[in-house]
Amino acid sequence: MEQHQDKAEKALKYAKSLGANEASVGFADGEGFSVTARNRAIETVQDYKDQSFNITVYLDKSVGSASSNNLSESAIKATIDKAFSLSSLTATDDCNGLADKERMAPGAKDLDLYFPWNLDIKEAETMAIECEASALEYDDKVINSEGATVGSYVNQSLYANSHGFSGETKSTGHSISCTAIASDNGLMEMDYDYTSARHYKDLQDHKEIGSLAAKQALDHLGSKKIKTTKAPVVFSPRVSSSLISHLMTAISGSSLYRNASFLVDSKDKKICPEFISIREEPHLKRGFSSCYFDAEGVETVPRCIVENGVLKGYLLSSYSARRLGLDTTGNAGGHHNLIVEPTADENLESMIKNIDSGFLVTGLIGYGVNIVNGDYSRGANGFWIENGEIAYPVSEVTVAGNLKDMLMRIITIGNDPEKKGSIFSGSVLIDDLMIAGE
Amino acid sequence: MINNQESIFTQVKASLLDPYNVSIQDLDLMMSEMLSKGIDMGDIYFQNIHQESWTLEDGLVKKSSYSSRQGVGFRSIVNEQSGLAYSESLEKDSLFKAARASSSIAKSGKTVTSKIEEPSSLQNYYSFVNPISSLEDKAKIELLQDIDTLARSKDHRVKEVIASLAGNFQNILIVNDLGRIVSDIRPMVRLSLSVIVEEGDRKERGTSGGGGRVDYAFFNQSKIKTYVAEAVDQALINLEAVEAPAGEMTVVLGSGWPGVLVHEAIGHGLEGDFNRKKTSAFSGLMGEKVASSICTIIDDGTIKDARGSLNVDDEGEPTERTVLIEDGKLCNYMQDQLNARLMNTKSTGNGRRESYSTQTIPRMTNTFMLGGSHKHEEIIESVDEGIYAKNFGGGQVDITSGKFVFSANEAYLIKNGKIDRPIKGAMLIGDGPSALNKVSMIADDLALDPGIGNCGKDGQTVPVNVGQPTMKIENLTVGGTA
Repeated sequence: MEQHQDKAEKALKYAKSLGANEASVGFADGEGFSVTARNRAIETVQDYKDQSFNITVYLDKSVGSASSNNLSESAIKATIDKAFSLSSLTATDDCNGLADKERMAPGAKDLDLYFPWNLDIKEAETMAIECEASALEYDDKVINSEGATVGSYVNQSLYANSHGFSGETKSTGHSISCTAIASDNGLMEMDYDYTSARHYKDLQDHKEIGSLAAKQALDHLGSKKIKTTKAPVVFSPRVSSSLISHLMTAISGSSLYRNASFLVDSKDKKICPEFISIREEPHLKRGFSSCYFDAEGVETVPRCIVENGVLKGYLLSSYSARRLGLDTTGNAGGHHNLIVEPTADENLESMIKNIDSGFLVTGLIGYGVNIVNGDYSRGANGFWIENGEIAYPVSEVTVAGNLKDMLMRIITIGNDPEKKGSIFSGSVLIDDLMIAGE
Repeated sequence: MINNQESIFTQVKASLLDPYNVSIQDLDLMMSEMLSKGIDMGDIYFQNIHQESWTLEDGLVKKSSYSSRQGVGFRSIVNEQSGLAYSESLEKDSLFKAARASSSIAKSGKTVTSKIEEPSSLQNYYSFVNPISSLEDKAKIELLQDIDTLARSKDHRVKEVIASLAGNFQNILIVNDLGRIVSDIRPMVRLSLSVIVEEGDRKERGTSGGGGRVDYAFFNQSKIKTYVAEAVDQALINLEAVEAPAGEMTVVLGSGWPGVLVHEAIGHGLEGDFNRKKTSAFSGLMGEKVASSICTIIDDGTIKDARGSLNVDDEGEPTERTVLIEDGKLCNYMQDQLNARLMNTKSTGNGRRESYSTQTIPRMTNTFMLGGSHKHEEIIESVDEGIYAKNFGGGQVDITSGKFVFSANEAYLIKNGKIDRPIKGAMLIGDGPSALNKVSMIADDLALDPGIGNCGKDGQTVPVNVGQPTMKIENLTVGGTA
């Protein structure tokens, strides 16, 4: 990275020498591997080694950007020339420019993101083989698999801009996943499980991942379509974070200033029941979306996005903030770690117990979400709940509603989040959604 | 049109090999290095990708970006195992290092010398033009501005117009274990348009676009008019849309882009890897009836200038027109070399990879259902109660259970044989192996989508076309709210 620091300074200087008013550059390096085992043997071994350089140039409120994965001095120069020439062609916009200088993150924070895994390929292969084997051995009905994969990745990146800001991040990511296939009466069902973490010590046991994938695939055997009905729907922790993710798209600056969101002008308004709060924690140790500065160098700050049901702020970059006449929220590049506060001392099991008849969704497919007006319709599978118990597996149905209305009709959010990504959300129970089947 | 590989090779070599002083002898040495480890198959994939995009918003082109990437992928295959390593540096020592890393899966050692062949002639289905330099930058900006003006002049309810123009240009050189060198030059352009309309407290979006393996001259006045009309009309129609129904009903699918049904319900399930591994709901059904006898489905990578077309696949195999389902019977899978070899058959030219850094796997090219004997109007008139889904967003499938979804973004109720009110967007869900058995009528209006489709598999995105004629399916589940 030191050599990138050097290159970054040179690049910014060169952009200025061409006549740029402002500029920012990014360098990224990644290295890693993944191995996949299937049928108790290694199927693929893949090495990764990536590098990239990008530059954004501002010329009198016009912008141009370019990137390259060739980091030779001449290629970097050519990339800057290209960005500069584009900036002389594009139309001006007063909202363009770097984020304000006084918003730059003041000092580096160690967020505990870098834990290289000293695992050689042979050990990784053994782990992948054992993971898949534990799925295949789980039950006679587990007849096949799409394989088990063990992967590890090291990333380094540098962002610098002409305010003099420069920030580096170093992080690692490790994962183990398995996809099992169960069969009964000639019909097959597939399900997966995975674990991922910044620190390899935080990974779940690889054999457990295999068994969980197998168990889940088995649970779906004999699934059937149900009659079209309205019923309470529980989204399991695996799928509930997608609801929060749609909410985040709806409150992101680019959706808002384009008037392309069902939550335009919702700041300081109630968007869900008062018992719901969502915190953004950019400095979470070992978090998947932890960073002390955003993609523009702006200092990130922990905050409440939703507090007691009220939307307290949007996700803004400096550009979208200027468009809306607001200040950046340090979200250039998207949201950071989100923690959805549990609303009750409940988890998936206890929620099911309290439902007379309803639908537990464990898988969603297809996009089917219209952020402009909030219309929601997705393919779903899971389980029918009868008298507080799982009655049978369900597939080939859809759940539909309108997100604006669905958010208001959340009844409970559980204390059982999966911590495998950047959104921690427990099981979510929503009253009365339309389920289309037979 | 037959191209002279010699001249393409000269162009590709000048862009990928010459700047780094990599000679044909060096390619020979790299391949020998891989073969000496005792692999069954292997290839070296040189690629550079140049792309640009221009985006209009608020009536002005305020954003433009350009990117260039290059790299070399080395793939070694022993039995069912494959090793992949790549280098983004095209310097010789980095290349040899990656060649060795990819063949680390091999155990035995033997001395082999590869023998590089002279390039031979191949068919070509698109011209070797660099779209990025095919039009002055100022003219690209004007093109987008014309779209904005036209869209806003169509209706006062149009409040936002976002249009983008993208060009992509790739040089590819493939060396395989038989010593064959194949090169290709692949152009691509795409125009996408999104409008937002407002009336009272209702807001809707309409989208359209098009493109293919052509240059920017493709976007002539008549195309632009069509795109604008499609996006604006779709958005305005949706302003009037009522809640979509929920439950099983008769569904008439429009021609063109709704072919995403064919892609999801059947296409993916017929890719060689899933069938070799027996993980597809279609595994073991070769020769069996999997669709109603009026259905014939084809994957064709040889359609002139189409987005999904390729002169050669990413293993250097010429692409083909492969009949997948004929009169309802399953007759072919789509194969790459690895899966073809393991299934004792031959590649159908469907081995594709997103780039040098990803594995080659069987993928679709342009996949569509052939036209039938009915007229579009006849099909609508035959439905007492149901829906007509004219246009779609994307779709997805669970290969193993066969369950697939696709979302309608312009649809209408059909009542007593007539198109009735428009309905809101809804997901449609079905079961691959049984859905096409319920196809009861097919029209004679086969069309491919306008050239905007991408297909995702194993985290890799590749451009494809989908297509179909108007068709009627009895009993498909519509995921509305009413």
